[in-house]
Amino acid sequence: MSIPSTAKPLPTHPQAMTGGSGFPTLLKKELLRFWKVSFQTIAAPVVTALLYLVIFAQVLQDRVQVYGMVPYTSFLIPGLMMMSMLQNAFANPSSSLIQSRITGNLVFILLPPMSHREIFAAYVGAAVVRGVVVGFCVWLVSLYFVALPMKAPLWALVFAVLSCAIMGTLGLIAGLWSEKFDQLAAFQNFLIMPATFLSGVFYSVHTLPPFWQAVSHWNPIFYTIDGFRYGFFLASDASPWHSLAVVFAVFVGLTLFALRLLASGYKLRT
Amino acid sequence: MSAVSFEHVSKIYPPRHAGWKTLFRGPSKPGLQALTDVSLKIEHGEFFGLLGPNGAGKTTLISVLAGLSKASSGKASVCGHDVTQDYQAARRSLGVVPQELVYDPFFTVRETLRIQSGYFGLRHNDDWIDEILANLGLSDKADANMRALSGGMKRRVLVAQALVHRPPVIVLDEPTAGVDVDLRRSLWEFISRLNRQGHTILLTTHYLEEAETLCGRIAMLKKGQVVALETTDTLMARFGGDLEEAFVKIMNEPAQQAQEEALA
Repeated sequence: MSIPSTAKPLPTHPQAMTGGSGFPTLLKKELLRFWKVSFQTIAAPVVTALLYLVIFAQVLQDRVQVYGMVPYTSFLIPGLMMMSMLQNAFANPSSSLIQSRITGNLVFILLPPMSHREIFAAYVGAAVVRGVVVGFCVWLVSLYFVALPMKAPLWALVFAVLSCAIMGTLGLIAGLWSEKFDQLAAFQNFLIMPATFLSGVFYSVHTLPPFWQAVSHWNPIFYTIDGFRYGFFLASDASPWHSLAVVFAVFVGLTLFALRLLASGYKLRT
Repeated sequence: MSAVSFEHVSKIYPPRHAGWKTLFRGPSKPGLQALTDVSLKIEHGEFFGLLGPNGAGKTTLISVLAGLSKASSGKASVCGHDVTQDYQAARRSLGVVPQELVYDPFFTVRETLRIQSGYFGLRHNDDWIDEILANLGLSDKADANMRALSGGMKRRVLVAQALVHRPPVIVLDEPTAGVDVDLRRSLWEFISRLNRQGHTILLTTHYLEEAETLCGRIAMLKKGQVVALETTDTLMARFGGDLEEAFVKIMNEPAQQAQEEALA
């Protein structure tokens, strides 16, 4: 039952109907979100990495050399950089999504005409930027302790970006799945933290017993750190090409999974 | 082409398992039937009221229209654009003011509106944003953080966010719940002006006197079914009183009888 209409449909804002993308704005919003609290999102992880560096370097500098010629402090810095990058890249989308879900403002992202690809690209893009910024700051601060040039900066950059993209995607998946902070903390503490700490941040996996060496090679995070170190020393536990293949394959697999979740509206659209 | 169209829309919410159980358990019992075979059309330029008691399915119906919920069966469209097949055009044609007082605490009012504009692909929209701010009495709060606003002011920002892309169809889900008389009056003046300019308005409210004054046509939902769908005047004439009386009588009728009357 309806009344006959004589009124003409009112046009939407002409620019809004031309199909402009919401991606740049969502990316900018996610960047602003961490930038506005940069003490917590950038300075704090840098200080944490610095503490690890000071303590471990103090204890082990004169006792351990890695790859036969690399002093322990130098070996440790890329590991700490990558660890900070991974944890922060994970934290950005996961904390944004869980906060938006709990406060209810997620609806502002769901009402506009953004596709699942745009949403994915914006969250993961912001995660990569935050991760790389934190990693760069850790490197800058560590220069005070030891001059550590990158021998192959392109390798380091490729591994930094891909690794942050992996963790950004995992953060997105965790943020979609978690309905409360408790669940997100479980994801973080029982999966991300052990995978990062047991991946060769503080040691070369060649120093491990054979069983744990084999286990480490099943941990994709190991390849992110190992490949990143190659960019500094042109030496690593695994071939950088092998590491790149693993890291790329993991990224593609997680991306497909995350896109599927977003496209299906998993826990977003009832 | 109607401004809004629902064709035989039904919605069953699946039973929910919390947390880890979602990984291991499938549905173990039937879900909640929130909407049953809802069909109605709203024409361009109408001020349409959607009424019903709590849990009647009003918000679910709006959620289906906005793409926040997926209909279990049936079709919904905005300005002829199917909300699932042609979701981008449908969402560009629709502005929704949500029921809950939600906001992003990181941003100021102006940033919030610029961001919302950007989500719709609008980069330089400050002239329109200024006009909305002025019309909603928010100009002096433009640079205030969202956290610093009162509940009424936050409600105004929600309305502003729904209007940033100048949608032809505006949905207001209980926009005056818990707001003071002044805001209510200024909000309705603004919304009525938008309606006079040609915007189609779909309003849900529990304030029946508002619906009686503003809405030209009304649908009533009860337990997910349309039990009345008529012009406001016809509805009141049929029950010989005001809208509240009609509402109470319709809600107390047996569902079957009410639905037959609505569809007659």
